[in-house]
Amino acid sequence: MYDRSAKLAAKGVVIEYWLQRSRSLFTAVKGVDLEVRPGELLAIVGPSGCGKTTFLNAVDGLIPIAGGSLTLDGREITKPGRDRAMVFQQPGLLPWRTVLGNVVFGVEAQGSMSKGEAIARAKQQIELVGLKGFEDAYPLELSGGMQQRVNLARALLTDPEMLLLDEPFAALDAQTREMMQLELLKIWSQTRKTALFITHDIKEAIYLADRVIVFTRRPGRVKTVVDIDLSRPRDLRVKRDPQFLTYEDEIWESIQEELAVPAERLIAGVPAA
Amino acid sequence: MSIKEADRVLPVTTRESDSTRERRSVLRPSRIRLYEPLVIGTLSVVLALTVWQLVANARIWSVLFLPGPWDVAQAFVQLFQSDDIWLDIATSGEELAIGYGMAIVIGLLIGLLMGWYTRFQYALDPFVNFFYSTPRIVFIPIFILWLGIELQPKIAVIFLGAVFPIIINTMAGVRNTEAALLRVARSFGASDALTFRRVVLPGSVPFILTGFRLGIGHALTGLVVAEYIAAKHGVGQIIAIASQTFQTPKAFAGVVLIACTGMLLTTVLHRIENRFQSWRPQIK
Repeated sequence: MYDRSAKLAAKGVVIEYWLQRSRSLFTAVKGVDLEVRPGELLAIVGPSGCGKTTFLNAVDGLIPIAGGSLTLDGREITKPGRDRAMVFQQPGLLPWRTVLGNVVFGVEAQGSMSKGEAIARAKQQIELVGLKGFEDAYPLELSGGMQQRVNLARALLTDPEMLLLDEPFAALDAQTREMMQLELLKIWSQTRKTALFITHDIKEAIYLADRVIVFTRRPGRVKTVVDIDLSRPRDLRVKRDPQFLTYEDEIWESIQEELAVPAERLIAGVPAA
Repeated sequence: MSIKEADRVLPVTTRESDSTRERRSVLRPSRIRLYEPLVIGTLSVVLALTVWQLVANARIWSVLFLPGPWDVAQAFVQLFQSDDIWLDIATSGEELAIGYGMAIVIGLLIGLLMGWYTRFQYALDPFVNFFYSTPRIVFIPIFILWLGIELQPKIAVIFLGAVFPIIINTMAGVRNTEAALLRVARSFGASDALTFRRVVLPGSVPFILTGFRLGIGHALTGLVVAEYIAAKHGVGQIIAIASQTFQTPKAFAGVVLIACTGMLLTTVLHRIENRFQSWRPQIK
């Protein structure tokens, strides 16, 4: 049953890779079925090492899938493309380039914009993510939160069909993280880009997303789908809403079932992808 | 804590954090501190020269064996008054410029290729290892046999000396490109050429310049040793002849000349390295 309204459609996605050290095939993700609707912000949560980041990398086209199908607007995903842009967990900024230079790097790599246009639009984008006045600063002069803003601006400047976010706030301190969540919602509400957001932070998932998907433990697949019926725009007070807490309990319980596994399965000696 | 105690404690801490000593050390170093490296460095050189002069003045050994710094300085002036010196400097300079210049161009090229193409590295690794772990000056007699005693054998040994540190460091620079940056480039669909030009190459610059700097030391070693063994002109030849004819101060002057060249070139490269590092926050 192919849903024509879906932006991203994953059907029975399997991702495997070869582990040289143990000389064995490692299944990170097995049978993921999910759909991301146009204009939706979908969050995936799951126990660590469940393959959620691996799945996102496959959506970006960075790693191939071993089975199933993965389509964006009906087109098979085989490699990175202009219709997707990733916001990485580690900012991955070129240390010798200024903020401006880093923000234009995405479109520069795609070759999708003239230099003049890229710079002009990058300046707007920098303002949008709240970095006005820091155009000429170097990444090492910025705080972690500011670096992630650059990371976000770089992705937004490419104007993708779909935004992929790989735990972008995981490395930030609690306060900065909350600020960034608020900022992200503000920016997202202006563009309403279809977005897939990976996180291990349940609150973050509920706060940001229209729907939250819980992955099972490795090999990961969709366990539960929770519709988040909280009105937008959401400010930080939503996090104390009774409904919010109900969602949190529901998701936490679902994840907890996945954590309650025999110890030997947790220490299979395989690094998290 | 009672209010009384708090009263007693607070002013003390405020005064301490306000003290000029602390403020100076945190905000702006005093002038003396700023010039400390230069001042202490100069003093220690002056001290060493003084001790040397005093020991030489005691004449425990003859001036033929241990000239003092003053003798060396006089010899240095004399050296530059002689007619041959400019020919010697020009000869050594030409050998160095050609040999080191070729090492930069070829070392950079091979290093980049070896870093970027793994199979190219596999093919050349045995040769690089062979030459890099051999003192390159052992080839001088062979080069003299093949190329005579003019400029060519010196250029060859300078080239061989400098090229391998450049290759190895350039390759390391390319190989050390952060995986996260490569992933970003790939995610945005960057071509190989663009990834190389915009990510790999700029990231390798510090390594490449280190290779250049290490290369200078090896190049000078090759130059001087080759000229010791057989040459018509050259600064190395001056030193060799001077010491064979017991003009020890002159030999020392030649050594000073070589040392100054090495220090000058190394300093210039250090400056260039710093220029390329302007994006690093300054931590003192």
